[in-house]
Amino acid sequence: MAVIITTMAITTTTTPMFDYDFMRTAFAAAGIVAVLSGIVGFFLVLRGQTFAGHALSHVGFTGATGAVLFGLPPLAGLVGFTLLAGFGMGLLGEKFSERDVAIGMMLSLALGLGLLFLHFFTSYASQAAALLFGNVLGVDNQALLSLAILAVISLVALGFIARPLIFASLQSELAEARGVPLRFVSTAFLMIVAIAVSECAQIVGVLLVFTLMVGPAAAALSFTRRLYAAVALSAALALLEAWGGLTLAFYSDWPVSFWITALSGLVYFASLVNWGGIGRGAATPA
Amino acid sequence: MSALSFDQVSIKLGGRTILAAVSFAVENGEFIGMLGANGAGKTTLMRAALGLVPLSGGAIRILGQPTTRGNGAIGYMPQARGSFVGTRLTGYDIVASAAGGAGWGLPRLDAATRREIDWALDMVGARDLARRSLGEISGGERQRLLLSQALLGRPKLLLLDEPLISLDPGHQKSVVEIVKRLRDELKIAIIFSAHELNPLIHAIDRVLYLGAGKAVLGAVDEVITGAVLSRLYGTEIEVVRIRDRVFVMAGDIDVERDAHRHDHDEDGGHHHDHGHHDHDDAHV
Repeated sequence: MAVIITTMAITTTTTPMFDYDFMRTAFAAAGIVAVLSGIVGFFLVLRGQTFAGHALSHVGFTGATGAVLFGLPPLAGLVGFTLLAGFGMGLLGEKFSERDVAIGMMLSLALGLGLLFLHFFTSYASQAAALLFGNVLGVDNQALLSLAILAVISLVALGFIARPLIFASLQSELAEARGVPLRFVSTAFLMIVAIAVSECAQIVGVLLVFTLMVGPAAAALSFTRRLYAAVALSAALALLEAWGGLTLAFYSDWPVSFWITALSGLVYFASLVNWGGIGRGAATPA
Repeated sequence: MSALSFDQVSIKLGGRTILAAVSFAVENGEFIGMLGANGAGKTTLMRAALGLVPLSGGAIRILGQPTTRGNGAIGYMPQARGSFVGTRLTGYDIVASAAGGAGWGLPRLDAATRREIDWALDMVGARDLARRSLGEISGGERQRLLLSQALLGRPKLLLLDEPLISLDPGHQKSVVEIVKRLRDELKIAIIFSAHELNPLIHAIDRVLYLGAGKAVLGAVDEVITGAVLSRLYGTEIEVVRIRDRVFVMAGDIDVERDAHRHDHDEDGGHHHDHGHHDHDDAHV
């Protein structure tokens, strides 16, 4: 981080980053999305459902390209399709033995369909790139408002199911015995994930949602043993990576998504190193 | 009024009869060892008592009341699975997740809840263990910790599913001692399933033996006999006693010892896996 700070110190005197309207919007959008992704992603990692999150983002690609084809905002297609897919995955949830294959097949099918939609709208090649790799600098005020509203809804919903979700994530059999409606909780959670994934796709693109949803959460789990500290740390790391990526992109002119993935990767791999008992990640057997 | 009573209970799962018109009653303050071959229905019996398995006949009563899902009078400790998603987290956070975990909203760890958790941890001597992460403690310590979780809500009946699984004899002994102490201090009924009788033989009040869809509850000397077990196993069984230990033999095979090797096939095709046991994404 020392490097980043010095770079900023030198260049802020000439071109202050926050003088640009689009940068302020991008910071706000990335901030909202990072906090949501960090928190929702933590539970995704805790539940071992990261692959499901990955698949949802691919379904989102189909939804977004389909929406564009019908002249609707891509975000609407993203949210609509991922919500539907999250709901479906939640209902099918019990058949977990076939989960990897089923999810993988759904993922490919979704991307294939998305490709078909794009084929009908060849003029949207840049749209495709934005969907796949994100375009946080293109977020306008209206999109920002949608992101904020969706984030608030997701976090309120997550707060509502937090207790049974944590219980069921850690000990599903015991939770079931104590009367937790496992399927409801799991379906509701996947729908929350769907919204988080859709938001995340706006920033880093459908192909890179792992970077904000899984990276910070996995790193947080290596850095602390306390549940709530890990949730907070996951959100903080996601925020740091998103804002750090934006800043680095501003001064280097390299893509934002690249910088976010680089920071996320750096933090994650740093968390695996055994720092003399601080980050016990690599030393702890699974 | 019995802590747990089965009245002509029949259970079929996937066309297979697990229990056929089984009746027995466990009294308050009794420590029952539950034994039986793999697939005999030990886990299913517990899940049925918890209201999680539909009965095809009969009735189960907990303290005189029909069983309902989420019954606060029952403390349950499911069988430990190979992987545990929360191994990175402290034991305290794992145990605490069950306190009020069936309610809605954000977790609330108020003073009363924390006192309750501390009480449960103290009952099994796990207060210090709870500060460490689950991945850092031994299997026996983990069982103690999870046992404390079953005590939250002060149940009148404890259902412990194979707490001794994959523990060495020393840890087995300490777990059995702790459970015995819980019975003595809390005067609660305990059903403790196991693959082998010997680690339990001096602690339990009675033994519940399952086999061939039937169940026999009685004193060890009444139940662990060649005649009773031959009926439950459906094959010639010989019971050999060496000093104060008991060996259940079919031909020249030690039945219980053999059962131990298949400890993940409990209840045959009846899987109640909810998916996140089999993935290690959380540990990447």
